[in-house]
Amino acid sequence: MINFQYLRTTSAKSAIALLSKDKNAKFLAGGTNLIDLMKRGVSSPDKLIDINHVPLKQIEQVGNKIHIGALASNTAVAESALIKEKLPLLAQALEAGASAQLRNVATVGGNMMQRTRCGYFYDTEMPCNKRKPGSGCGAIGGFNRMHAIFGTSENCIAVHPSDMCVALVALDAEVILANAKGERRILFKDFHRLPGDTPQLDNNLKNDELIVRLEIPIHPFSKNIHYLKVRDRTSYAFALVSAAVAIELQGNQIKDVRLALGGVAHKPWRLTSSEAFLKGKEATLENFQQAAQLAMADAKGYGENDFKLKLTPNTIIEALNLAKSKA
Amino acid sequence: MESSDKKNTSGGDTRRDFLKKSSLMTAIALTPSVAVKAAENQVDESFAELFEKIPLNLTVNNKAHSTKIEPRVTLLDYLREELHLTGTKKGCDHGQCGACTVHIDGARVNSCLSLAVMNEGKKITTIEGLSSGDELHPMQQAFIKHDGFQCGYCTPGQIMSAVACIREGHANSRAEISEFMSGNICRCGAYPNIVDAIVEVKKGGAAI
Repeated sequence: MINFQYLRTTSAKSAIALLSKDKNAKFLAGGTNLIDLMKRGVSSPDKLIDINHVPLKQIEQVGNKIHIGALASNTAVAESALIKEKLPLLAQALEAGASAQLRNVATVGGNMMQRTRCGYFYDTEMPCNKRKPGSGCGAIGGFNRMHAIFGTSENCIAVHPSDMCVALVALDAEVILANAKGERRILFKDFHRLPGDTPQLDNNLKNDELIVRLEIPIHPFSKNIHYLKVRDRTSYAFALVSAAVAIELQGNQIKDVRLALGGVAHKPWRLTSSEAFLKGKEATLENFQQAAQLAMADAKGYGENDFKLKLTPNTIIEALNLAKSKA
Repeated sequence: MESSDKKNTSGGDTRRDFLKKSSLMTAIALTPSVAVKAAENQVDESFAELFEKIPLNLTVNNKAHSTKIEPRVTLLDYLREELHLTGTKKGCDHGQCGACTVHIDGARVNSCLSLAVMNEGKKITTIEGLSSGDELHPMQQAFIKHDGFQCGYCTPGQIMSAVACIREGHANSRAEISEFMSGNICRCGAYPNIVDAIVEVKKGGAAI
């Protein structure tokens, strides 16, 4: 690992001030993605600003929202009684991600900031527009079994590997960001980006900003929810396809519904057209199948990942069925 | 690449890039004190800063340690190379295998993905700190009894993870144990025996 300057701070204000002094500085939270990338020579910041002691670990209800500090660990959120009661979909998604060891140190903000990536991004001998803009995409025409089927560009077909973010986009979370001038808020669905012509940018965080907290509205979705993660082994693997589903049922009628996918796009993928279709309809297999077909309208396979064109609608249908059948 | 970097006369790279890539890096890694002094005399301040050693105070297996350390040294390398606690193993070195699992303030963590300097003031427990003198920890005894290993390389990480798994309350069924032990890979395939060992310790009910 190339050496770097290490600074530690205990306030958000000083962290932001330190960041603005050096454009090749990065915040260090859990470090589970960043340190790995630095070891492989994919990332080589001059300066790491350790923000683990900044007091942003709260998990609390404020009015009709849940606030989660950016430095709350994935374990703390997943095990929180408040989250299990009010946002069980988020707890389920978190437990489906990574390993117990990683979740103990990985933070909410760090989970959002983990790189959208693939094997070509990690292999510095291979072309990758995300790691080295203009060098080409090794995955298009290469090994692309794990790759995206939605929202791709000719520059990048990598996927965002987070499970947590799939639940958050489904739950209409908002992200609060801070710089030296103050705070701003953006919808979670607008935090991550599609690759387009700038695949080196995974998200819309500005280079003088710190993620401060998430605010998540409390929905009446605590019963009929399910996070279904389909992967190559039973646990501790990235999703081939995952689906976050929350249904509000009135009898067998769908009063409201949230649907989002992981493992299929450069960002967590919300299925708004499928949601609109299902709203007000009966929760039947036939309607679930139609909603799944709607979701696939703009899907595109790249060879090795063509199986996702079938696996994705099947995952949506299964997740809807599992959510519906929760007593 | 910063605009303030001066161009190196021998090529198109900036001076900082050149220094990062040059054999000086190896020299500094091998003979820190001498080479860092040389670096301080020859290179700009920002470069010298990169090699600053950071004071570190932490407790490992109930023993306090104070040192100065380069920020890039992982907790795993600090434990093995400086404290010679080689029970904690380097497997993949990328957080994928769990061989380097230790407890930091009671929580299991991959020490390969934690910088030593991030652990200022923390209490670390390694496999060497689990037993009481010559008396093995119940989990160590259970691994022996149930043949929870073959080559043994993953075993320290498995045991540290297994102890945490019970303490966390995630050892209530074989399925739950498998799920919450999934961050520890055993390529010999001792998984069923590892689960047997954890089940026995859990059922024994002793405080671990």
